[in-house]
Amino acid sequence: MKRFSYHRADSVADAVQALCATPDARIVAGGTNLVDLMKYGVETPSALVDVTRIASLNGIDDTDEGGLRIGALVPNRTVAEDERVAARFPLLASAILAGATPQLRNAATTGGNLNQRTRCYYFYDTKTPCNKREPGSGCPAIGGVNRLHAILGASEHCIATHPSDMCVALAALGAEIRVEGPNGPRRIRFADYHRLPGDAPERDNTLQPGEIIEAVLLPPEAEAFAGHHSYLKLRDRLSYAFALVSVAAALDIREGRIVAARLALGGVAHKPWRREEAEAALVGSPADEAAFAAAATQLLEGAQGHEHNTFKIELARRAILRALGQAAAGTPQSQTDKRIA
Amino acid sequence: MPAHAIVGTQTVPIEITLNGKRRSLEVSPVTTLLDLLRNHLDLTGTKKGCDHGQCGACTVLIDGQRINSCLQLAVMQDGKSITTIEGLAQDGRLHPLQAAFIEHDAFQCGYCTPGQICSAVALIEEGHTTSREEIREFMSGNLCRCGAYTNIVDAIEDVVGRRRQPVQEAAE
Ligand SMILES: Cc1cc2nc3c(=O)[nH]c(=O)nc-3n(C[C@H](O)[C@H](O)[C@H](O)COP(=O)(O)OP(=O)(O)OC[C@H]3O[C@@H](n4cnc5c(N)ncnc54)[C@H](O)[C@@H]3O)c2cc1C
Ligand code: SF4
Ligand code: FES
Ligand code: FES
Repeated sequence: MKRFSYHRADSVADAVQALCATPDARIVAGGTNLVDLMKYGVETPSALVDVTRIASLNGIDDTDEGGLRIGALVPNRTVAEDERVAARFPLLASAILAGATPQLRNAATTGGNLNQRTRCYYFYDTKTPCNKREPGSGCPAIGGVNRLHAILGASEHCIATHPSDMCVALAALGAEIRVEGPNGPRRIRFADYHRLPGDAPERDNTLQPGEIIEAVLLPPEAEAFAGHHSYLKLRDRLSYAFALVSVAAALDIREGRIVAARLALGGVAHKPWRREEAEAALVGSPADEAAFAAAATQLLEGAQGHEHNTFKIELARRAILRALGQAAAGTPQSQTDKRIA
Repeated sequence: MPAHAIVGTQTVPIEITLNGKRRSLEVSPVTTLLDLLRNHLDLTGTKKGCDHGQCGACTVLIDGQRINSCLQLAVMQDGKSITTIEGLAQDGRLHPLQAAFIEHDAFQCGYCTPGQICSAVALIEEGHTTSREEIREFMSGNLCRCGAYTNIVDAIEDVVGRRRQPVQEAAE
């Protein structure tokens, strides 16, 4: 690991100041992604800003708007096991439990999970070029080994995926990110938080220099999906692996008709993949296979495979049908018994 | 706790409780908790498998929670209480899980075992032990290249069962 300076911040303002003073400084929280990348020499910050002692980044609290505020430092396990989350936003709890391992979920924080970097093999291997790691050096995944890579929203510069499970649920639930920075606080819609690669794949998200995530906000209207949801994650082994394809499905069904729907995909793009047209296609229909198939077609429109991942297009279509079926039936995918019902 | 200013590449003083004893240490910011334990404190029970959070061999308990020590910076542990495999036995008596691992032959080479046992100690506290499937899923962060998984689950079930028994008897 390259040597670095260590700064233990005692307030958000202190952290922002430290970040602004050293432009290549990185925030460290759970460390499960950043320390790993530093060991590989992929991240080489000259300073780390330890935010884990900042009290205001802790806690899960009710908001004035009637939703929940999850502090950036709250560990993934604490979110997944919180009674309010389980009762009001069970899709989020399920998605978190589908990811990583108990040890990692104990250390991993909400803010760190949002900002975890891609698992593209070339990104991790400093002996190969990679536009995300070294802008302008090229993308060996295109034409190389690309089983884990994107089928939607990719560019000629990068076909990486965002690896988070938690974020797929947050996208479906329409969360917001609250950040603090040198220009004061702001709120970012989840859909606007992560970026598509375009011609700047080195930028994963829209956080600006010196900014820090304070909290994730869950909106009260997303509680309507508590009865009909499912997080279905398909991967090369049943546990402890990143998604090839995952689906977060959430329905609000009244008198046999869908009145609201949310659908987001993981493992297929540089950000959780959501399209409002696909959700609109479900609204007003009975919760049946014909409606689900129409939504899948909309959501996957324009999907394009590469050498090793064309299978993902059909896999995603079938996973969408299955997850919507599970949601409609009120029988979400179990994250313990992995048989797909 | 005072905030530290940028400390460059110097060492940083930390205080931790390690297996019940207070320790004042000077650590370099680049040192992981795993390397601190193994290389600086001679506690080699905790194993280094992958060094990247992928195998669980380095699992220790930090404030009672199971964590991969290879991805933790030692400097960030200031004020925390850490328990390693060396700290589980009490008054010369093995922890019930240690005894159960021996009884059920829950290892072959033994390299993953300290991590498996620390992980299982936390698992039982967490209560994710209602079925074999649940135990397996919630032990999925600990790989065993010798494939002792079946016996590991047996050992854990045995300890869970023994802990339950007195409660049931009291209820009857
Ligand atoms: C073996 C392994 C398997 C895994 N499997 C999965 C999986 O299946 N599914 C899944 O979703 N994830 C998985 N993960 C990833 C894991 O979820 C992330 O590593 C974790 O969520 C990162 O959180 P952290 O707190 O440890 O972040 P850190 O490593 O501390 O930080 C990660 C990034 O976030 C930034 N950051 C942290 N906090 C803030 C903040 N408050 N404001 C702004 N920026 C911040 C840091 O600067 C850094 O760039 C796996 C990880 C490993 C090692
Ligand atoms: S897909 Fe993106 S992250 Fe992977 S090698 Fe190409 S540019 Fe790098
Ligand atoms: S050595 Fe830490 S998880 Fe493998
Ligand atoms: S006993 Fe050999 S790795 Fe588990």
